Amino acid sequence: MSDLSVNFCGLRSPNPFWLASGPPTNTGGQVMRAFDAGWGGAVWKTIGDPIQNTSSRYGAIDLNGVKMMGLNNIELISDRPIAINLAEISAVKKRYPKHLVIASLMVESKRETWHDIVRRAEDAGSDALELNFGCPHGMSERGMGAAVGQVPEYTEMITSWAKEVAKTPVISKLTPNVTDITHIALAAERGGADAVSLINTINSLMGVDLETFAPRPNVAGKSSHGGYCGPAVKPIALHLLSSVAKRVKIPIVGIGGIGDWKDAAEHIALGASCVQVCTAAMHYGFRIVEDMADGLTAYMDDHAYRSTESFRGRAVPNVMDWGDLDLNYKIIAKIDAGLCIGCQLCYVACEDGAHQCIERAPQHNARGKQNPNGMEIHVPRIIEEECVGCNLCALVCPVHGCITMEEIHTGLPPMSWKQKTSRTT
Amino acid sequence: MTLRETAPKLPPEQYEKNFAEISPRMTPRQAAVEAARCLFCFDAPCAMACPTHIDVPSFIKKISTDNLRGSARVILEANILGHSCGRVCPTEVLCEGACVMHEKEEKPIEIGRLQRYAVDYVLDRNIQLFRAGAPNGKRVALIGSGPASLACAAELAKLGYRTTIFDRNGLPGGLDTYGIAAYKLRAQDTQREVELVRGLGVEFRQKTTVGTDVTFAQLEKDFDAIFIGVGLGDTGPLKIPGEDLQGVVGAMQFIEPTKVRPFAQLTIGRRIACIGAGNTAIDVVTAAKRLGAEIVHLIYRRGEHEMSAFHYEYDLAKLDGVRFHWHAQPLRILADAAGNVAAIECLRTRTESGSDSKKKRSQIAIIAGSEFQLEVDMVVRAIGQEPVTSFVRAVQGIAVRENGTIAVSERFQTGNAKYFAAGDCVNGGKEVVDAVAEGMAAARGIDAWLESPRGKN
Repeated sequence: MSDLSVNFCGLRSPNPFWLASGPPTNTGGQVMRAFDAGWGGAVWKTIGDPIQNTSSRYGAIDLNGVKMMGLNNIELISDRPIAINLAEISAVKKRYPKHLVIASLMVESKRETWHDIVRRAEDAGSDALELNFGCPHGMSERGMGAAVGQVPEYTEMITSWAKEVAKTPVISKLTPNVTDITHIALAAERGGADAVSLINTINSLMGVDLETFAPRPNVAGKSSHGGYCGPAVKPIALHLLSSVAKRVKIPIVGIGGIGDWKDAAEHIALGASCVQVCTAAMHYGFRIVEDMADGLTAYMDDHAYRSTESFRGRAVPNVMDWGDLDLNYKIIAKIDAGLCIGCQLCYVACEDGAHQCIERAPQHNARGKQNPNGMEIHVPRIIEEECVGCNLCALVCPVHGCITMEEIHTGLPPMSWKQKTSRTT
Repeated sequence: MTLRETAPKLPPEQYEKNFAEISPRMTPRQAAVEAARCLFCFDAPCAMACPTHIDVPSFIKKISTDNLRGSARVILEANILGHSCGRVCPTEVLCEGACVMHEKEEKPIEIGRLQRYAVDYVLDRNIQLFRAGAPNGKRVALIGSGPASLACAAELAKLGYRTTIFDRNGLPGGLDTYGIAAYKLRAQDTQREVELVRGLGVEFRQKTTVGTDVTFAQLEKDFDAIFIGVGLGDTGPLKIPGEDLQGVVGAMQFIEPTKVRPFAQLTIGRRIACIGAGNTAIDVVTAAKRLGAEIVHLIYRRGEHEMSAFHYEYDLAKLDGVRFHWHAQPLRILADAAGNVAAIECLRTRTESGSDSKKKRSQIAIIAGSEFQLEVDMVVRAIGQEPVTSFVRAVQGIAVRENGTIAVSERFQTGNAKYFAAGDCVNGGKEVVDAVAEGMAAARGIDAWLESPRGKN
């Protein structure tokens, strides 16, 4: 039986699933309910000088009737006094000593101010500290959040200030709104961070009301850029996670688009020790963690992984420079005529959007199956000698398993672009 | 008409409940969810299966993008009666029967309901999507105001023709107005579509019978071409004793009042027998039950598998509690002392070849001595409408086929070059959508024949 518990910077987390700093961790009551539901840890809604929020604060993008494919927010850090947040942290830790409570912190960029908040958070009983260098909206206009995280020198300096007094692990949370996140991650590492977490939300504007021209989320007809998150950002998070995993030696906490155990396992495979979740909990509530734990356990049991360490980072070496990929690897599309429904989406996608390697079915190429109307179903044909193996047809095909990409053995040894160009020069 | 016993009157709200739309209008959310399911097939089988070739994926995509006016335009450009077709088309055997979702083992997209949803948007707002073409100086008369004529007239108006529809009925719309089950389409819905056509400048002369109120000679003098879209006539006779009794009516005679008169004013028998098992027979028996008839029999001389009604129509009748008498042939209708229908006597039959195929009809043999009687107060004939082409025989050159339908060329021109014809009077009785497709094709045929110059808009 696999064990989901994780040793994170010397701390034992019951499982790798933490709630990210955000609305779900705003109060002690929420955090305790989350722990009851099965979350291993919670990063408290960022503590600092209380702010005042706008109404409204969130905006979403739906896709084909699926709600909240992407979410953004212009909410700031906690609007509650520091003392109340800290008192609730103490209360939670007394009742849940085995769960991790991580205090997310954001204060003015003054050494003494950081020293003070770090001491107070630890005195309250926080197991670890997360430095919020990522908040992209509002706070950055006041010289905090992403304003720090976008400058490697500031990131390093403030991390080091926190480390000067911290007795518990310090996690620097990174913003994706930079040209190269690895510079920031390395700066945090230089500053002494025990871990980094990424990604914070991505700068975004959710849309425009075409009648009033008010952007979303609408605040009295106006809006401001906010942080984008939710299922849509996972690919961006995975890329940034893998690039950081290749460069830093300290543990990483994965964040971005995680809604189920598979998303979490992918983050772990790309190097994350623990993962943080926010949007999915905002959408469906704390109960989602049950299947995250259950599903990950089943996956690990099936693969005989005793702990997440057994597969953590396994995908990282497989993320390579393009120039290292094998140019002699060849796949082509195959259509299972028995499964084809005759929608012709692969045909039009390939014809207009890719490489013109699929033919319309000639009339005699029906597969002998008829729809209830008595019309024959025409199966498109892959022009195998033309197929470049791009995947597009398989991606657009609405029938699971109908179009598969099959390897063609070219008989050629693997050869990358780097090898090819070094040979010719 | 006097009846031996009449069906009890129902509370007024019960009639409305009984004749409530079987497929109600979608809500915006339902439409959005359903439209999102559409795969947006390329060269889609649904569009190919539609006799009017509506670009189904295109209009559904436009619903997804909240472009309902554009969606309705796509539909109505291909089929000006897109609203009623969305409601009465046998979509299960047309567009929805061709939907690729069947192959995916999912429910086909509800194309008919989405179509109606989009067209309702423009009908509700009186949005006129089309304009009459610049006048080309030519005039076309259309006889009959059913789907074929409406489609033909609308198409001609768009091409710049002055069109006048002559119709013997009080209301335009033909079978759409008078002959389709009220729970599918009400007469007032048809009138909304008629207004779309009228909006293109088409003139309607109702209660005007060609041949009596206006002569063919007059039409030939006043118009450059004449289109015949008169549909079908009365239901054929049973050719059995008792057919002339009070209480024996044709299917159209039975259905028509349900379309144009308040339900509460209609008087029908307490027990009714309907002869025939086509879609019209289903309309009769379901209407009879919904009007309050206590016992409704459907009598058919062949077996269940040979009935020509669509499966879902049959289901409607089953749910309404209709009693089916398969392999039964009416022998005679019996009267009471007052001369009203009292019973129908039938004979059992046997199908000889035992073929279940609809196309290959089986031979029927009577089983001697198998007579049985059903007590009824009303008998409705629904064994198919007969062509009503006797009046066109007055026109020289128009050829009538053996089955009574009008013979036409590929462009729907009759033997007399000035006359074109389409719809049920040509095809012998098909769907509304077929009549529309033919009417539009006939419009193009007329335009090609007249070689009219295109005016400038």
